[in-house]
Amino acid sequence: MSSPSQQFTEQAEVLTHDLRHRDIVQTALRKYEVVRDKSRGAFQDYRSARQAAAETKWEAVNHLDKYLEQLTKNLEARGTKVHWATTGEQAREIILGIIREKKARSIVKSKAMTSEEIHLNHALEHEGFEVVESDLGEFIVQLRKEAPYHIVFPAMHLTRGDIKELFNRELKSTSSDNPEELTMVARRVLRQKYIHADIGFTGANFAIAETGMVSITENEGNARLTAALPKTMITLLGIEKVLPRLEDLALFLPLLATSGTGQALTCYNTMYGGPRQPGETDGPEEWHVVLLDNRRTELLADPEQRDALHCIRCGACLNVCPIFRNVGGHTYGTTYSGPIGSVITPHLRGLQDWKHLSFSSSLCGACSETCPVKIDLAHHLLQNRRNASEQKPSFWWQTGFRMFSFIFNRPALYKLIGPLGRIGQKLHPLVKGTKLDPAYSWTKTREAPKIAPQTFKEYWRNRS
Amino acid sequence: MTVTLFIPCFVDLMYPRVAISIVEIFEKLGHKIEYPEELTCCGQPAFNSGYWPEAREVALPVLQRLKNAEAVVIASGSCGAMIKVFYPQLFAGTEHEKAAKELSAKCYEFSDFLVTKLGVTDLGARFPHKVTFHDGCHGLRELGNKKPARDLLAKVRDLELTEMRDAETCCGFGGTFAAKFPMISTAMGEVKCASATETGAEYIVSNDSSCLMHVQGLIDKEGRKLKTIHLAEVLTSK
Repeated sequence: MSSPSQQFTEQAEVLTHDLRHRDIVQTALRKYEVVRDKSRGAFQDYRSARQAAAETKWEAVNHLDKYLEQLTKNLEARGTKVHWATTGEQAREIILGIIREKKARSIVKSKAMTSEEIHLNHALEHEGFEVVESDLGEFIVQLRKEAPYHIVFPAMHLTRGDIKELFNRELKSTSSDNPEELTMVARRVLRQKYIHADIGFTGANFAIAETGMVSITENEGNARLTAALPKTMITLLGIEKVLPRLEDLALFLPLLATSGTGQALTCYNTMYGGPRQPGETDGPEEWHVVLLDNRRTELLADPEQRDALHCIRCGACLNVCPIFRNVGGHTYGTTYSGPIGSVITPHLRGLQDWKHLSFSSSLCGACSETCPVKIDLAHHLLQNRRNASEQKPSFWWQTGFRMFSFIFNRPALYKLIGPLGRIGQKLHPLVKGTKLDPAYSWTKTREAPKIAPQTFKEYWRNRS
Repeated sequence: MTVTLFIPCFVDLMYPRVAISIVEIFEKLGHKIEYPEELTCCGQPAFNSGYWPEAREVALPVLQRLKNAEAVVIASGSCGAMIKVFYPQLFAGTEHEKAAKELSAKCYEFSDFLVTKLGVTDLGARFPHKVTFHDGCHGLRELGNKKPARDLLAKVRDLELTEMRDAETCCGFGGTFAAKFPMISTAMGEVKCASATETGAEYIVSNDSSCLMHVQGLIDKEGRKLKTIHLAEVLTSK
């Protein structure tokens, strides 16, 4: 098995040459940019909204202990069972324990990136349970036996035609590639699943400490059905999802919709406050909330990058990232892709194994610029690079930079670069574009720049 | 005013015309030029690669030599961001932290200095061509310079500026990134060239020669008709 770094490089090599992929992704994201800008414009003052959101998240994350206790107390007050999971494995065990206890067979799920993070579907299927994803995009990638391509748009790499073929093959449908027809095919399958499922499993967009509520925002109504029909509901969320006050949603719901999909607000916004209460006629009989750490507290302990826990998983940084737009989501080989993934994955899964994601960036800063909660993403990539090189310097790079500073700090040596470079570039055509070319990684696709006949320093000396 | 120039190593070696144009512009405006010849590189390659101690070795002479300058003008948004934004981080917690912050306050990218500090937009230039402008990412996002270059181009006679789609999207250079991940870097450059070509412009203008080096490398390899030119060269055209 090759390393995550090798896999990334190999996949990037394939995807960057896949012009159909490039076209699908660029076209989709250019449309997103247009609607996003329109929704941003609907804020009275988007810059202040962003600042307020960053400050609220700062408050929540820097007092996480207080707000998590408050959340738990308020959830439990209405009969919700709260579980704490330090690791992904513990979270899986807790969830499997509930499912076994309920003697459940089938589980219907709404979208939850945390469940991807802990590889829940694999664990459930391994134990013989039926698991069905009810979000349309997730349903599609599940049929393809793929991970979601994007935090918010799991199937954005596919065309209508691709989905038609998939449904024809896997669901024996005879639908055309009309989106409405395709949606009806999925709907017919899914409605039966909701009715027969023993367990409804959801993620969460926000958790409100003040009231003990979980907020789920969606466009298909699938999370509502997932939460409403099965007798037992399980919700898995990262501990960083907590917000202090109910009124914070007045800012965060439109901000998430704007950044995530470009909508002013998503179609369905639901707050879950507890299982079925005495005298109520519907809703799940039991609700279990699983709070997941999975090394988030290590990120919390890093004062430099703690703000990465502000993330509301809107995917805006992926959408504007030119790396993501060219290599696609699967290439990252990790649950959270794009800039936020490149920043947090080294913390969640090990710096040395995942540092390549922080190096695979031109540091253009589009991510930091777009982040609705002002995470300093581009600078965190630099910090990850520094931490990785400090922890385990590469002999060749370090020696290279030492030689570089030795030469560049000595004007007499630096002066030789011009004349030697001119000789070098006369000889360059002998090896140019071959593997013997020392500049091969550049010259394979780009012409090399030329040393000028007279450098500026030479010009300046002649002048004065 | 005495303007101290920091000419990045790659501009010195490969694009001296850019630096010469900058000298001509400031002399024409009646400013005294000081050029510390012993300075070469700002240290960004080592810094961006995570080798901060090695970056400090290169950065320290720059910091010490420039600290008494009245105003420092840097002929690249990227190296400008290194000195203005990243030196204070690089030297944080060292005895040079204060000097780094003081230097930061008087450093300017070339176009920003002309427009914001000197209040000059019309240099009497003429450039009878259709152009599009590429925003170098560091100049745009680390230094926050979007308007100065356009204000300057607006006053160039016979110049037609057409903005390209995704003008603010990175060209894919990114320093060592271009060599470490050439396939991604190239793909990004192809997207950039395609956007520029769509405008029908003859030239891509930028205030960062490092972006132009990357884009020109692709243009030459692909045999496109586009040309690249630095803003300073446009501003000295007649």
